[in-house]
Formats: sequence, structure tokens, C-alpha cells
Amino acid sequence: MEKATFTLEFEKPIKVLRDQLAELQRSSEENNLDVSKEIQAIEEKIIETKKRIHAELTPWQKVQLARHPQRPYALDYIAALFEDFQQLHGDRQFRDDQAIVGGTALFEGKPVMVIGQQKGRSTKENLARNFGCPNPEGYRKALRLMKMAEKFKLPVICLIDTPGAYPGVGAEERHVAEAIAVNIREMSNLRVPIIATVIGEGGSGGALGIAVADRVLILQNAYYSVISPEGCAAILWKDRSHAPRAAESLKITADKLIELGIVDEVIEEPLGGAHTDPEVTADSFREVLSKQLSAVSKLTEKKMLDGRYEKFRKMGVFEVVQS
Amino acid sequence: MSIFSKPKYSTVQVKKKDIPTGLWTKCPETGEIIFNKELEQNWMVVPKSEYHFPLKARRRIELLIDDGTFEEHDADLVSGDPLEFTDSKPYTVRMTQAQEKTGEKDAVISGTGKLSGQPVSIAVMDFSFIGASMGSVVGEKITRAIERGLEQKCPVIVVCASGGARMQEGILSLMQMAKTSAALKRLSDAGLPYIAVLTNPTMAGVMASFASLGDVIIAEPKALIGFAGPRVIKETTQQDLPDGFQSSEFLLSRGLIDQIVHRHEMKTRLASLLNAFKSGCAKSA
Repeated sequence: MEKATFTLEFEKPIKVLRDQLAELQRSSEENNLDVSKEIQAIEEKIIETKKRIHAELTPWQKVQLARHPQRPYALDYIAALFEDFQQLHGDRQFRDDQAIVGGTALFEGKPVMVIGQQKGRSTKENLARNFGCPNPEGYRKALRLMKMAEKFKLPVICLIDTPGAYPGVGAEERHVAEAIAVNIREMSNLRVPIIATVIGEGGSGGALGIAVADRVLILQNAYYSVISPEGCAAILWKDRSHAPRAAESLKITADKLIELGIVDEVIEEPLGGAHTDPEVTADSFREVLSKQLSAVSKLTEKKMLDGRYEKFRKMGVFEVVQS
Repeated sequence: MSIFSKPKYSTVQVKKKDIPTGLWTKCPETGEIIFNKELEQNWMVVPKSEYHFPLKARRRIELLIDDGTFEEHDADLVSGDPLEFTDSKPYTVRMTQAQEKTGEKDAVISGTGKLSGQPVSIAVMDFSFIGASMGSVVGEKITRAIERGLEQKCPVIVVCASGGARMQEGILSLMQMAKTSAALKRLSDAGLPYIAVLTNPTMAGVMASFASLGDVIIAEPKALIGFAGPRVIKETTQQDLPDGFQSSEFLLSRGLIDQIVHRHEMKTRLASLLNAFKSGCAKSA
């Protein structure tokens, strides 16, 4: 049986064709008719429609894909790309923040530390995981695991997928700003390779708090932004409904991030988005991760750390004018 | 029905952020009237209520750095427009207007000088320049100020004020958090002191990077300091915010900052701290 699906507005023409196809298949079985030609025609049309829609996705539509409730999450990639994952819980200070998961695992047979932001699939799980919005203790758990990785010489693989750090009273009282700042500072000089991949939402400082890395990768339909399109629209256009315009202006999609020099490589998703074929997505992810990790692992420690410093040091666009 | 309706004459609305202009200013806390000249002379602190108004970056340098010792650096850096961003007006226009209004090129003034005789590298943010939001120039100047401290083996002081990252430079603004924090790691590893002074308001991306990384963090009284804005927190959580939430006093009570220091005392306190931390620094000439 097919799983219940969630259809985005712009995916609807595809859904209509799929339903037609299912209906045709059902009636041909019932009436013993040969409709293989018709079926083939619809299948072709589905591919054609998908290609057409996905060739001209707007930034805002990509944001919808990045937030698609059936999109693979960190734990899905951990299950698909890694073996022998041992989840390690808690910051040893306050509590276990389930919006960030992490632990040791094997990647292509070698031990690594994998850390990711994790959203929930159901309402119940989303409440437990706070919709993927980490609290300070999540960032402190991540730092604890990174320091452990440094001690045992394990590369760190970070999976970014958060709307942002949680804006709450408790988060402020336990100093979420400091938790993020300390992670950024410590990651800039952590003496093991770090590869960060934006798999869904790269929401501002909440994303950057586990995304200072030797290589920053991004899935084709993921986004990475200084502020959510809705937040930006509310501030600059005084109206959240201008989010599509903000998504366009902020240049948050994978292709723009490559142009701006923020990410190193884009991981291709299957036609229709990662959720339409998680296995194919995992395969292309594995290939890029493997290549990038082995390239960084070949560097001497000094070269790696100098490279990481320079990578972020040179980000920014300004001119020198004579006054 | 009309008996209970509002009277027809309108009340005069005064936008808080528009003051101080003209000859006098009203204290937002007590309503006390104070002459601007007097306020200026008092470093923008209302004498009775001790309310701290924002202080222009150049005045802050006068307040903290010994007369005639300040040497400005990187004064000629100006932002590009990498996103070709336009909201209600193009970013380039917004920049030009801010430059004309403030007489500064961006929201940070940085340089070297002496604080009670001790050499320091200092950067001061100016809230009057697009809310001292952090774009490429702010990030670059602060990073250079930190690197200058490293080269000259002197302490670094950053006087912070900011609404957060500058949206008009998008993701490049976010990356300034990484750039500045990485430089602070190097400074710290070299055993050199870094003091963050937080003024009203210090929020979001600036707070989640260099403003939170001081060996010592000092705030001015009653400053708004935090990561998420109070309105966003209230809307998200549907919760009433505790009294004094995100004020300097709130942060001190939660153990998040070291001290609250009155503007008039700031230089003395900084000098004492620098004196305690000077072991790794170059000997003053």
C-alpha cells in the first residue's frame, strides 16, 4: 500500500496525473483490458510535467520542498549512509535536547561522529523534537560530541535542518546566543575534519551553530539563509505574505549559494525532490560526502585548519574607497 | 453611541526613536526634561534617572581612549551590494542615506589607542547607522581589529550595539559571525584578553558571536540584550515574558554577564581589568 502523501500546491498537476494513472490501472485490472499504451502515455506525461515544473521552481517553492513533511531528515540519512550508529544523549548539564541528535557511526567502514538537527515526523514526535528548533542544551550536546571527536580523532559530519534556534524564555535564560557563539568559535579550530551539509532548512544562527566546517555542502532543494523568508518579509515589508519575494531577494537557494561562495558543492536530488526517492538521494549524498571527506582527510592538520580559517575569513563583499 | 466615542481632536504622537532632536529631550523612563547640551556633556546619560541613551561611536572613543592617542584604521571600507537587494528602497540608497545622516561609512569605527596608558585595539558599533546591523564591513572591521590585537599583542575591546545581522547582505552577513568568532579563537589561544561591552540594544547575530565571547562581558545598565527579539518570543511561545526580561540586570542575575557598569565608570573598570590581564600583552611603550 502506498503511504499517505502530502502534496504541495505546485505538485498538484503531477498528483492529478498520478491519480489518473492509478484509476486506469485499476479499471484495466477489473475489466481485463489492455491499456498499456495509455499507461505509457500517462507515465511519459508525468515525467514531462515533473521536468517542466522542477526546471522553473521559484526560490519560495524550493523552500516548500526543503520543508516538505516527507523530506528525509537527519536520522533517515544516518540510517541510509552510516552503519552502527550509537546515539549519545545529553549535554551533561541540563537535559537531552532531541532537536539535535548525534553519536558515533561508521561511514564507509571508518568511525566518524555524526551530528544533526532532527525534526519530527508526527505531531507527537515534533513536540518532543521541538520542530527541529534546538535549545542551548542541543548546541552544548553537539559541542560535547565534537570535543569527543577531537579527542578520538574522528571526523565530524554535521547535518543541518532547522528553521532556527528556538526563541523561548528558557532558551534566553540558559543563553542560547552564547551556546551558538561558543560552537562557532570552537568549530573554527577543531583539530579534525568537519563536513557540514544543509539537508533541508538552514535557518540562520541556529544552523551556523553546527555548520562551521572545512566543506559546506547543500542538497539541491535545501536553503540556507540569514533569516527565514517570513521573518524578513515581516521586518522589511511589514507583511509575512511577502515571503516569496523575500525568498527571492535573499538569494538562499543552492545555486545562488554556490555563486556567493558560501557552499562548496550541491548534492543533486532526484526529479521531484528528495522525498520522491530517498534512496537515490542518499546515494548521491554518499558519493559527494565520500569524495569531500577523503579530500579534507588528506590534508595536514595545519593546512586543514588554515584552510578553514581562510574559507570564512574571506567571506564578505566590500570595497576600499579613498576619502 | 457618540457620547462614549473618542474626542475628535487628535493627540500628538511622538516617535521615541526620533528623539533626541531640538533643544531638549525627555527621559523615556521618568519623563524628566533635560537640555540636549547638558545631556551631551553628560555622555548621553540622564543625570537623575541615569537612563543611558545610545552614544555615538566617536564620542564613545573619546570617553574610553586617552586624548590624542586614537588612530583610526580601515576607515575607507564600504559595503558592496552583493545581492542587489531592494526592499522599500534599494540597499545602495539606504546606505547612502545612512552615510549622509551619520557622516560614517558603516556601523563600526575601529582603531588603536591607549586606555589609561595601556595600548588597545578597539572597535565601537554605532546604532544610528542602520541599527548597527552587521554586514560585510562590520564583520571585516571587527575581524581586523581582533587580528590587530593579535599582531600588536594588545587587548581587544569591542563596544557592541546591534539589531543583528544585516538582512540586505543576506547569507554573507551570517558568515560574519563565523569570521569574527574564528579570529577571537586565535586571540584567545594567544593568551590575549578580549572584553565585550554590551550597550542598548545588543541582539541576534552579534550576540550569537563576538558579543558573547568576551573573557569579560560588561553591560551598561538596563540595556536590551538577547538572541531572539522579545516580540518574536512572545508570539512563538504565547507566554508572558518575565519582568525585566533580556535586560542587563536580568542577564547578570542569570549569570550570563560579569558586570553592569555605569557609562561614567566604564573607563576605570576597563583599565583595572586590563591591568589584571596584561601578562600576555606587549609591554606598553
